[in-house]
Amino acid sequence: MTAALSPSPPPLLEARGVEKRYRLSRGLLRGKKTLHALAGVNLAIPKGGVVGLVGESGSGKSTLARLLLGLETPDAGTIAFDGEPLGASDRRSLARRVQPVFQDPFSSLNPAHRIGDIVELPLRVHRLGDAASRAKRVATLLNQVGLPSRAAAAFPRELSGGQRQRAAIARALAISPELLICDEPTSALDVSVQAQILNLLTDLRQETGISMLFISHDLAVVEHMTDSVVILYLGRVVEAGPTDDVFRAPKHPYAQALRSAVLTPDEGKGLPDLNLGAGFPNPLDPPSGCRFHTRCPIAEPRCARDTPMPRYGASRSVECHLAQL
Amino acid sequence: MSELLDLAGLRVTLPTAEGPLEAVRGVDLRVERGETLCLVGESGCGKSMTALSLLGLLPPKARWTAERYSFEGRDILAGQHSSLEALRGAHIGMVFQDPMTALNPTFRIGDQLVAVYRRHRGGDRRTARAQAVELLERVGISSAALRLRQYPHELSGGLRQRVMIAMALLCRPGLLVADEPTTALDVTIQVQILALLKDLQAELGLGVILISHDLGIVSRVADRIAVMYAGHVVETGNAETVLSGPRHPYTRGLLDSVPRPDSIRRGEPLGTIPGTVPSLVEPAAACAFLARCGRAGPECEAAVPPLHSSAEGGDSGGFRCFHPLATAGAR
Repeated sequence: MTAALSPSPPPLLEARGVEKRYRLSRGLLRGKKTLHALAGVNLAIPKGGVVGLVGESGSGKSTLARLLLGLETPDAGTIAFDGEPLGASDRRSLARRVQPVFQDPFSSLNPAHRIGDIVELPLRVHRLGDAASRAKRVATLLNQVGLPSRAAAAFPRELSGGQRQRAAIARALAISPELLICDEPTSALDVSVQAQILNLLTDLRQETGISMLFISHDLAVVEHMTDSVVILYLGRVVEAGPTDDVFRAPKHPYAQALRSAVLTPDEGKGLPDLNLGAGFPNPLDPPSGCRFHTRCPIAEPRCARDTPMPRYGASRSVECHLAQL
Repeated sequence: MSELLDLAGLRVTLPTAEGPLEAVRGVDLRVERGETLCLVGESGCGKSMTALSLLGLLPPKARWTAERYSFEGRDILAGQHSSLEALRGAHIGMVFQDPMTALNPTFRIGDQLVAVYRRHRGGDRRTARAQAVELLERVGISSAALRLRQYPHELSGGLRQRVMIAMALLCRPGLLVADEPTTALDVTIQVQILALLKDLQAELGLGVILISHDLGIVSRVADRIAVMYAGHVVETGNAETVLSGPRHPYTRGLLDSVPRPDSIRRGEPLGTIPGTVPSLVEPAAACAFLARCGRAGPECEAAVPPLHSSAEGGDSGGFRCFHPLATAGAR
C-alpha cells in the first residue's frame, strides 16, 4: 500500500484516515455531545475516474463532500489534491479545480439572476477572460449541456427542473475544473429527466475526461455511472472497491442488504427479504463495536465488542469481522 | 374479491394566472378489496390530484367533478362534501410522502393517535389508547407505550412513517391511499416499509392505491397499474402485462429510462423521452404525448385517443394510443 511500490500515478484526490467530529448542543441542561460524522475514511479518485459514494441518511456522505470541496477541514487525517494537501492552498485555487453539482437545482440557482449571468459568475470570480470571451464561453457551455442559447436570457423559474440542473452543470464546468462533486444530482428529478442528466454527465466524461465523485442513495444509478464505489455506514467505510466486483458480489452484510434493496422494474419478483433489524441507530449514540451489528443478520457477540478494522482483499476493502474476502 | 372503490370520469381544474389548468381530465379507477392499484407517472401528471380528490383534500380553489364515485357500494356523489368527510380517516386512510409534515410536531404521538381514533369512533381515552398501542405494535414499533409519549421529531424517518401507517389504519379503513410513502426514506428502510404495507394488506384485506414515480417499487407491489400522463390514464391493466409488454409509447419510454444494473452496460446511454409535458391550460384536442412521440401520425393531431381496451391487460386493461406498440407475444 505504500506509494513507493505503486507504479500508478497519484490519484487526483485522495483522502486518508479522515475524521470529522461535531460538538452538538443537546439543550441547556443536557450538555454537549460529540457526533463522529466520519471516522477513518479512505477514498481515492483517479484522474478521469468516476467514484460512487453510497450511504443512507446520517452516513456522512454529505460531510465528506464538504470536506473534499474544502468547505470544512477534517479533525484528523489528510486530504490531498494532486498530491498536495488541501490546507496548503487557499479556497479559491481549490475551487478552480473542484466544483460541486447539488441535488436541488431549484435552490442552488439564484432566482434573481439570468441563467447566462449565473453560468458566467465563476469566470468573473476567478477573473478569467474579458466580457466578450466570457460571453462566448457561456454560449459554448450552454450548448455543451444541451440548453438552447436563448436560455441565457431566462430566469431559473422559467426553466424546467432538468433544464435547471443542466444550467447548474454548465456553471460547474465554466472554469474547466478537474473534478466534479455531484451530490445526489438527479434525486429531485423525474425518471425520464434523470436519464437525460445521467447521459449528459456520461457524455461530458467521455468528451473532457473530467473526474467525478458521484454521491447517491440510488444504487442502480451509482452502478450505471461509476468505476469504483465506496459504501459508508454511520461515518465508516464498510466496503470499497471496483463497482463491478462490489455490486456483483458484495461482501459486507450491509453492502449485501443495499444490493438486495435495489428495486429494478422486474414484474413478478416481489419484495426482497433484507433480513435486517428495523431500528436505525442514532448517529449521536452509535452502537459499540461494529456500528452495523444492531441490524446485521450474521452478527456474533464480538461484533458488539470490537470495532472491525478494514481488511483488504484482491481489489477491495471490507470492514467486517466475519465477511469472507 | 369485491368492489371497494368505483370512480369514473374524474376531472380536476385548478385556477392559475394563465387560466384554468385541467390537472385531471377524465380518470376512471376501480379498486377491489385486497388489491393494490399503483398510479404511476411523473410530476404534474395528475396522480396526486386524483388521490386528493378521493379524500376530499384538494386545494380550496380546485374544482372537481366525477360521473360516478361509489365506495363500498355507497354513492358518495349524492352527499358530496359531507360524505367525503365521513369517508376520510374512517373508511379511507392516507399516508403521505413526508411524515414530518403530516404529523403535528407540537403534540405527542399518543395524543395524535388518540385524537384520530376518538374523532371517528368516539369512546373514551383508554380504549383509544389501547387501540393506538395495538396498531403501533402491529406496524413493528417496539416499546409502543413509550413511543406514545414521544414527539415526532424524536423518531427516525422510518419510525415516523410507521407511525403514519398506524394512524392511517387506526380506524380499520377499507382503503389505504399512499402517496409516495417511501420516497423520503433510505433504500433499506423503503423495502421494510413496503413489505409492512403488503403484510398489513393481506392481513386486513385492504385495498391500496399506491402513488409512485418509481417503476421499481411499482413492479414489486402492484396488482394493477394505471400510468398517468398529462391528466389522463394513458395505459392501465394487470401489472405484469403492462410492465412486460407496454402498449403506450410513454410507458415504454419510462421503462427504458430506468438504469438497470443487470441489463444496461455502464456508460451506455439510457433511453430518454425528448421534449416536455404540454401545458394543461386549454390543452389541445390531440394526443398529449404527440410532440414527444416517435410513432405519431395525423390522427394523433386530430383527437385525444380514446381508451382502447386490450384483452391482454385483463378485464380492465387498456391504452390511449392510435399507434400502440406490438404486444409482447407478437414481437
